[in-house]
Amino acid sequence: MKHHQARVLEHKEAGGGYRILTLEAPGIASRAKPGQFVHMRIPHLDGSVLRRPFSIYRADRKKLSILYKSVGRGTHSMKSIRKDDEVSLLGPLGNGFPLGRTKEVPVLVAGGYGVAPLVFLATRLRRKGIIFIGGAKACDILCVRDFKALGWDVRIATEDGSIGVKGLVTKILDEWLSPGCGAEGVVFYACGPEGLMKAVGERASYHGSRAWLSLDKHMGCGVGACLACVQKIKRNGAVSLLRVCREGPVFEASEIVWD
Amino acid sequence: MKNPVMVASGTFGYGPEYAELVNLSSLGAIVVKGISLKPWHGNPTPRMVEVPGGLVNAIGLQNPGAEKFISEYMPFLRKYDVPVIVNIWGRTIEEYEQVAERFDGVKGVSGLELNISCPNIKQGGIAFGTDPAVTKRVVSAVRRRTRLPLIPKLSPNVSNISLFAKVAEDCGADAISLINSLPAMVIDVDTRRPVLANVVGGLTGPAVHAVAVKLVWEAARAVKIPVIGMGGITGPREALEFMIAGATAVAVGTANFTDPSTSIRVINGIEQYLAGNGFSSALDLIGKLKS
Repeated sequence: MKHHQARVLEHKEAGGGYRILTLEAPGIASRAKPGQFVHMRIPHLDGSVLRRPFSIYRADRKKLSILYKSVGRGTHSMKSIRKDDEVSLLGPLGNGFPLGRTKEVPVLVAGGYGVAPLVFLATRLRRKGIIFIGGAKACDILCVRDFKALGWDVRIATEDGSIGVKGLVTKILDEWLSPGCGAEGVVFYACGPEGLMKAVGERASYHGSRAWLSLDKHMGCGVGACLACVQKIKRNGAVSLLRVCREGPVFEASEIVWD
Repeated sequence: MKNPVMVASGTFGYGPEYAELVNLSSLGAIVVKGISLKPWHGNPTPRMVEVPGGLVNAIGLQNPGAEKFISEYMPFLRKYDVPVIVNIWGRTIEEYEQVAERFDGVKGVSGLELNISCPNIKQGGIAFGTDPAVTKRVVSAVRRRTRLPLIPKLSPNVSNISLFAKVAEDCGADAISLINSLPAMVIDVDTRRPVLANVVGGLTGPAVHAVAVKLVWEAARAVKIPVIGMGGITGPREALEFMIAGATAVAVGTANFTDPSTSIRVINGIEQYLAGNGFSSALDLIGKLKS
């Protein structure tokens, strides 16, 4: 974990209110694992005392990128970030996705910008798999080219049918999982709205597979001190409140006790 | 203490959380997150929400309990050259006594901070620290059970802070700290529901600073024991305000979340201020408010 003043290398629109922010942060980028996050102090956000967490979308030795959508006061204010600005980052934080055994086929399920950490994951997994991406409309389907460039099978569903199959992402996932598809020996990874992740957890349980879910909870400190972001987790028969920022944000679906 | 700057209870975990970001041995003291005798699960989530100039939290005092804290965290904390002050709380006077007693003789514990802002479950849930008679009972009771320096942490939710400061002093407190968070509430107008699962919480951060300065000033004039000032410190200036108002030491709280290096900046900034203004020691600045 490092505290780093990162220089902005690029900040670009990705359409549909999504943006990609690329930062020079060698101490963080070189250590980052898929599923980990950075805790960013948003510049010029008057009266703000809390950082904002962002999953890492891409990382190499010196730079890292995040993919985000304007959804609240913090992300709206990020619009003013320009090239060469400096941004305070803490990271890499949390535990990433386990990379699994090579004999298992990775099945990724993303909702909206939840796709960001799954792109990073796909770049590090030893074998190629399949990604199901869902969203409300065409502009919410992100990173398709990233996965295709990596040689992944990409399946898309939108609620309005403007791209891919019309419906929820679970619809195309269920079709693929239908009998005879060879869903044995798969491992699920998901990031998106809670409903989507619960649904993926249920499918994994049904097929006797594991599902690694990246949870999103209101965070305070990001390092495990404040206990704002706790999640009920069942391990060895006992339920305890674990910190999404420290013990998570990735948990195995069967351990999660949903509220 | 090698300097007057502590980190406030609940904002710094038990030490390891920030150890990669802050040199713990540079701090004046670490006040750990509140500990009760038995483990406690706290409130449901959401537990925290940002507001302009601060945050409102209702964590609900989740903690591993005294035994687990002593076995899992104290060995880590003892590796550092920093005084450890354990913040303790209870739901009854007996629980306060038991947890206080448990820390007597625990190696590496330099003092106890007494959270008296939690509800007294035997008296209708009214906070111990908002009734002078109950404050007197809990501070006296704990005083009899510990030889460690005892620091009651005063609630700002009272009409006369001087009275509570004097009660603490008369009951044998070695110092007082203030302020705890201000009772607060946030409503989501779209859903018309409270944002926090607990409905109400405590406001901290820059928004409470000026309130805290006034209360520290009043409390410091009322007692002879040292006062530890806290509430909305983000840099050396706010810390210096507390000292000029009469605080012997200060604590950085919410700002640890914003910028983990705040406490170090405050330590350095106080030193520079003292040198630049011809003070040979921080003691020469304390309570030197001009009229």
